[in-house]
Amino acid sequence: MNTIIESIKKEYDNHILEVSTSQNETYLTVKKEIIVKMCDHIYHHLDIPLVCIFATDERKKEGFFKVHYVFSVDREDAFIILRIDIDGKNPGYPSITNKVAAANWYEREIQDLFGLIPVGHPDPRRLINFEDWPAGIHPLRKDFDIKTKPPRVEGEYVYRRVEGEGVYEIPVGPVHAGVIEPGHFRFSVAGEPIINLEIRHFYTHKGVEKLFENISLDKAVFLAERISGDNSVAHAVAFCQAMEKIAGMDIPPRAKHVRTILLELERIYNHIGDIAGIATDVAFSFGAAHANKLKEDVLQLNERITGSRLLRGMNTIGGVRRDIGSSKDEILLNLSIIHRDFRKLMELLFSTPSLMDRIETTGRIYNDIAKGLHVVGPVGRASGIDRDTRRDHPYAAYKEFNFKVPVSKAGDVHARTVVRGDEICESIALIEQALWSLPEGDISIKADDIPDGSALGYCESPRGETIYWIRTCGNKIERCKVRDPSFCNWLSIEYAVLDNIVPDFPIINKSLSLSYSGNDM
Amino acid sequence: MTVEDEIEIMGQRLNDKIRKIYGRSLHIREVDAGSCNACEVEVNSLSNPIYDIERFGLHIVASPRHADMLLVTGPVTRNMELALLKTYNATPAPKLVAAMGSCACNGGIFGDTYASMGGVDKIIPVDVYIPGCPPRPQAVIFGLMVAIGKLEQKISKTEVKS
Repeated sequence: MNTIIESIKKEYDNHILEVSTSQNETYLTVKKEIIVKMCDHIYHHLDIPLVCIFATDERKKEGFFKVHYVFSVDREDAFIILRIDIDGKNPGYPSITNKVAAANWYEREIQDLFGLIPVGHPDPRRLINFEDWPAGIHPLRKDFDIKTKPPRVEGEYVYRRVEGEGVYEIPVGPVHAGVIEPGHFRFSVAGEPIINLEIRHFYTHKGVEKLFENISLDKAVFLAERISGDNSVAHAVAFCQAMEKIAGMDIPPRAKHVRTILLELERIYNHIGDIAGIATDVAFSFGAAHANKLKEDVLQLNERITGSRLLRGMNTIGGVRRDIGSSKDEILLNLSIIHRDFRKLMELLFSTPSLMDRIETTGRIYNDIAKGLHVVGPVGRASGIDRDTRRDHPYAAYKEFNFKVPVSKAGDVHARTVVRGDEICESIALIEQALWSLPEGDISIKADDIPDGSALGYCESPRGETIYWIRTCGNKIERCKVRDPSFCNWLSIEYAVLDNIVPDFPIINKSLSLSYSGNDM
Repeated sequence: MTVEDEIEIMGQRLNDKIRKIYGRSLHIREVDAGSCNACEVEVNSLSNPIYDIERFGLHIVASPRHADMLLVTGPVTRNMELALLKTYNATPAPKLVAAMGSCACNGGIFGDTYASMGGVDKIIPVDVYIPGCPPRPQAVIFGLMVAIGKLEQKISKTEVKS
C-alpha cells in the first residue's frame, strides 16, 4: 500500500494538500484542478477500480462541500480516498466521466442531491430529481429540512432519439406487467433487434440517505435492511461494520460466524430465485417450478432459524441479536437436501435445448464494457472481472474459510447462470464450514456510544460489492452514503441488450438481477 | 400445523368467497409504489408451487384494466405518485385496493418526507391494510379474504339503496 501512496505522492506532490490514514483507508486531500488527471492515473495507469463517488456538506464546520472519490486496492485490502473542496458560491468542479466512464451516475447524483455541477459532463440531465422538481433545491444539503415538500413545477425530460427508416420506440414502465419494481425502459427497435435502450430510474427514490441523518442509531440498522429488501442482511452487515469500525470494536467470533451464515443463506435464496426467473422468462415452467420450490425451502428454513423469511432483524451494531447455534443440525440437514436437489435442477436446466438455445450468447457484456462501467458481483465475474469483496477485503469470518470465486469469460446469460450456480455450491460449503467451526461465546458486545468519526463498511451482497461510508457526530449519523451494487450494474443493461431481440430483454434483465430500490434509494 | 396446512385451510375459505362474489376468480394487479422489493419477493412467493394461489381462483394479471383489485406496496414515492393514480384510474369499478406492507399502510420506516408520501391512503382510497414487513404469504392471503368481505358489504349496501 505504501508503495502506491508513495508513487502517487511523487507524481503529484505539489497538488496534495493533506494525507491522513485511518485503519485501511488513506485520505488524500487534493486541489480540484488536478482531480481529472489523478483519477485517470489511478484508474488507468495503476489499474485500481473506482468504487464510489460521494459528496458531503461541510459548510458549517469548514465552509466547503467535499467530493470524495473512493478507490479500492483489492490486492492489499486497502482503500484510497481522494477528496476535493468545493466552495458553495462557486459549485463547479471538473467532471471525470470523460476519462472514467464509471463516474457517470455518481456525478449526476451529486448534481441533483447537492447542487454541485460536474463541469464537462457529457450527459448533464437530471437523474434523481424528476422534471417536476423545482430548480435550486437539493435535498442532501444540510439546510434542507427532510419534511419539506417542494411544489411540482412544469418541466420536460428529453430522451435520446434514434431516427431512421423503420425505427420505432417501445416505452415500457414504470408500472410493468410482471411483479417487479418500477422503472422506465425506452427501446428503439428496427424490426425485432434492439438498436438502442435508454433506462430511466429513481421512481422509488425514498430519501434514504437524508433519512439516515434524521433517525436514531438503533433504528438506522432497520433502515439499512430496508434499502433493498432481498439484500437485507448484506446492507445491515455493511452498515454495522462501518459503525463498528468507527467505534474500534472487534465483535465476538461467534457473531462473525453467524453473520457469515446469514450472508450465505441470503446469497443462496437470491441466486436460486434468479435462476427460477430465467427459467420462467424462457417459458420453461417445469424448471421454474422446481427452482421456485427450492427457493421457498430456503425461505422457510430462514424463518425457522431466525423468525424472518428474509433474515431481517438479526444484525445489530456490535454483533447479532439471536443465536442460531442450536439450529445447527437442522440447517445442515436442510442444506444437504437443497444441495442435492439443486444439482439435479442444474442438470435439468443445462440439458434442456429450449432453454440453452435462449441463454447462450444472449445479452453479452464484453469484458472491456464491464470494466469501463465498473460492473460488480456475479455479473462482473461472468464477464471476466475477478473481484469478490469476501476475498479481496475479508470481513466477518471469511478469512478462516476456504472458498473459490467462480469466474467466466463469456459474459452472456448462460455464463451468469453458471457463475450463480457455482456460487450456490460454494455458499453451501461455506455455511457448513462456519457451522462446524462455530466458536463458543457471546453473540454481541454492548455498543451504547459511538465516537465521532468516519469509516467505510463493505460487504459482498448477492448482487456484488455493497459500500457504506458513514460519518458520525454526537451519537448521530451526520452523513451516510450507500452504494448498492445495482447502481454500478444498471448501465450495463444498455449494452447487454444491443442487437438482441425484444423478447430476450426480460431474460437479460433477470440474469443481471438488478435492484431498483437499492439503486434509487 | 405446517405451512402447507395453513395455506390449504385459508385458501379454501378464500376460494368459497371468491366463487360466491365473483363467480369464479379474482384478478389482482400488483403495483410497486416505491417498496424495498421485500413485498415483491413475497408476492412472487404466492405463485410458487407451495402456495400456488391460482388454485384458489386468484390471478395476478399484467394490466390494471384486467384487474378487480390493486395490491399496492411501498410508501408511495413522490416520483411514483402520478403512476399510481393513473393505474388506479385505469382499473374498472367496482375496484378494491389492498395496501400491503408497513410502508403501504402508513409510510413505515420511510415516513412522510420530501420523497415519500407516507402511505397509499394519502393518494387513493384503501379498502384493506395488510401489515408486516414484509407480510408472510399467509397474511397476504388472509388480507385478500378480508378485502373480498368488504366488497360483499359494498355490493349489499348498494343493493339496499337501489
